[in-house]
Amino acid sequence: MTEATLIQGVNQALRIAMAKDPDVIVLGEDVGVNGGVFRATDGLYKEFGEKRVIDTPLSENGIVGMAIGMALQGLKPVAEIQFMDFIYPAFDQIVSEAAKFRYRSGGEFPSHLVIRTPYGGGIKGGLYHSQSTEQLFTSTPGLKVVIPSTPADAKGLLLTAIFDEDPVIFLEPKRIYRTATGELPEGDARVPFGKARIAKEGSDVSVFAYGAMVPQCVQAANVVEKMGIHAEVIDLRTLVPIDVDAIVGSVEKTGRAVVVHEAPKFSGFGAEISAMIAERCLYSLKAPVLRVTGYDTPFPYTLENLYLPSVDRIARGIERTASAT
Amino acid sequence: MSEDADVPKETLLRAFRLMTLGRAADERGVNLQRQGRIGFYVPMNGQEAAQVGCGLALDPKDWIVPAYREIGVALARGIPLKTLFDQFYGNAADILKGRQMPCHYGYRAFRYVTASSPVGTQIILAAGIAQASVYKGEKVVSVPFFGDGATSSNDFHAGMNFAGVLNLPVIFFCQNNGWAISLPREKQTRSASLAAKADAYGFPGVQVDGNDFIAVYRAVQEARQRAIAGKGPTLIEAVTFRMGPHSTSDDPSRYRKQEEVASWRAKDPIEHLRDFLVAKKWIDEAGIDKIEEETKQQVQEAIEAAEKSPPPSPETLFDDVFHDRWRILEEERSEFMELLKEGVLRA
Ligand SMILES: Cc1ncc(C[n+]2csc(CCOP(=O)(O)OP(=O)(O)O)c2C)c(N)n1
Ligand SMILES: [Mg+2]
Repeated sequence: MTEATLIQGVNQALRIAMAKDPDVIVLGEDVGVNGGVFRATDGLYKEFGEKRVIDTPLSENGIVGMAIGMALQGLKPVAEIQFMDFIYPAFDQIVSEAAKFRYRSGGEFPSHLVIRTPYGGGIKGGLYHSQSTEQLFTSTPGLKVVIPSTPADAKGLLLTAIFDEDPVIFLEPKRIYRTATGELPEGDARVPFGKARIAKEGSDVSVFAYGAMVPQCVQAANVVEKMGIHAEVIDLRTLVPIDVDAIVGSVEKTGRAVVVHEAPKFSGFGAEISAMIAERCLYSLKAPVLRVTGYDTPFPYTLENLYLPSVDRIARGIERTASAT
Repeated sequence: MSEDADVPKETLLRAFRLMTLGRAADERGVNLQRQGRIGFYVPMNGQEAAQVGCGLALDPKDWIVPAYREIGVALARGIPLKTLFDQFYGNAADILKGRQMPCHYGYRAFRYVTASSPVGTQIILAAGIAQASVYKGEKVVSVPFFGDGATSSNDFHAGMNFAGVLNLPVIFFCQNNGWAISLPREKQTRSASLAAKADAYGFPGVQVDGNDFIAVYRAVQEARQRAIAGKGPTLIEAVTFRMGPHSTSDDPSRYRKQEEVASWRAKDPIEHLRDFLVAKKWIDEAGIDKIEEETKQQVQEAIEAAEKSPPPSPETLFDDVFHDRWRILEEERSEFMELLKEGVLRA
């Protein structure tokens, strides 16, 4: 066990996977010599060389298309898209090729690859360095979607992603790359998909979140605790596959639910959680499900702190839900 | 400096002033970010001749479709410094209402289209603008600005192909500054030059010394004449160098050698033009000092004005999503205003 940051967790997972399996290849813009613009791939080029850490031309569809092709020929590529906001040129490759290969070939051609990309706001990145568009991927059958919020999960979930046979969209909360710190287990310590994590236990309200919103929700839970409200914060970890039991179980216990994400509310992933609760445990509810999210506008620059769900705004949401009768 | 320069003295003196102003603005932009007074900056240091050369060779009615590194073009187009610095501060006076990161600006009054961040997307837009200009009978060109890295993008291909097929008045202005963040030009494409890429699209591509104002100016003039005469697009590759970091988030010492930067410092575009003007006796040391002082002062005034302006008011967050209002967003707006009033949200 060593103390590390979230981005060090990512880096370690890559290093361990590459050392273990020569089929693991990293590719993307600035990932080699520069070690990635956030330094997620720092040191890999030196350690594994240019055949396994490929600096690509500026083409996201090229990066993902290459990765899919490499996977077809038996490798386990890990592609980096520099910011989630720049993934769209690759959308065709992701949605039309990666997500559908296994199905359209009757299982003949799986797409064994990971697409890592930093997502989310809070770094003064404006419209194009801040977005959270996970719902575009969760609504595409055939893609797994993973979002860690701790260093240990970043490492463990990425290791699982790299050795999972399906295409995994691995979203890294860049805002907490360096502020989320914690113990990092040694070695190939994988964290399974489909198992949510209880970030803080409670009995009054269930709060569902992922990525950079998890620490915000824990802070908000600490705020409402002073008012005598015990919120349970659940870190979903993987949106596809989702941990249905954790969601239903917590709501059956508390009877109240708040869903928090940075992405805009309308058609966001919170709608899926809300519908899931309505379909599976409506009669346990003592209050309407509440969503605390980014607003339905493009991501602003100067006013980003008002746009993103703040600790106070989340705390207010929890309070309202806890007191609703 | 190109010989046989039939560029008027006034144009050259204006170019020198604009390039000096651009550099002064740029240096302050980087420093303001370092001091935490603005959030981000993208310097163009070293690319002044390419940008001002192209900017001045265009007609004010021509369309500029920039990327994020084009302050020289913006100044040549006549966009006031204050407008630019208000954008860098994202304040209440910013025409863009503080919506974008610094250096991502644009203003309809100047036919200078608001930039986005994704590399390359603007290139095809310029072809669309040109198509509309032809349709409307306007004798103007449109000019997408982009870097060496952008030539690998989908929209470079789409823009070049559409403009070629439709024979559009577009000048594809590529500033090859040697680097796309940490990727050197040689790793971006195996092509011997970027200009050569035009061949495959069926129109001329020319490579010019991007640090030579006169060379750039004349190449753009020529391309413009061709385009206006209905002879179609041109790709211009201005070979230059990015002297500074990619942006204030970048540390170039991780991927390039100091010697490379030093060798380009010897080809400084402003010094080149200055030496030419001095040799012609069109300017002297006193004149140069005066321009340097005046431009620095102009920049200082723009910064002081920008710092007086508060941030945009919170409710503007919900404006401009659509031209009209829709229920979902209006509900969010009222809830937001309520939270502000209660102090849950603090401006
Ligand atoms: C589609 C896309 N991918 C990646 C990025 C991140 N990025 C910003 S600028 C840049 C390099 C651009 O290089 P070039 O086109 O040569 O222009 P320069 O910055 O050198 O002016 C990269 C990779 C982006 N903005 N958009
Ligand atoms: Mg470049």
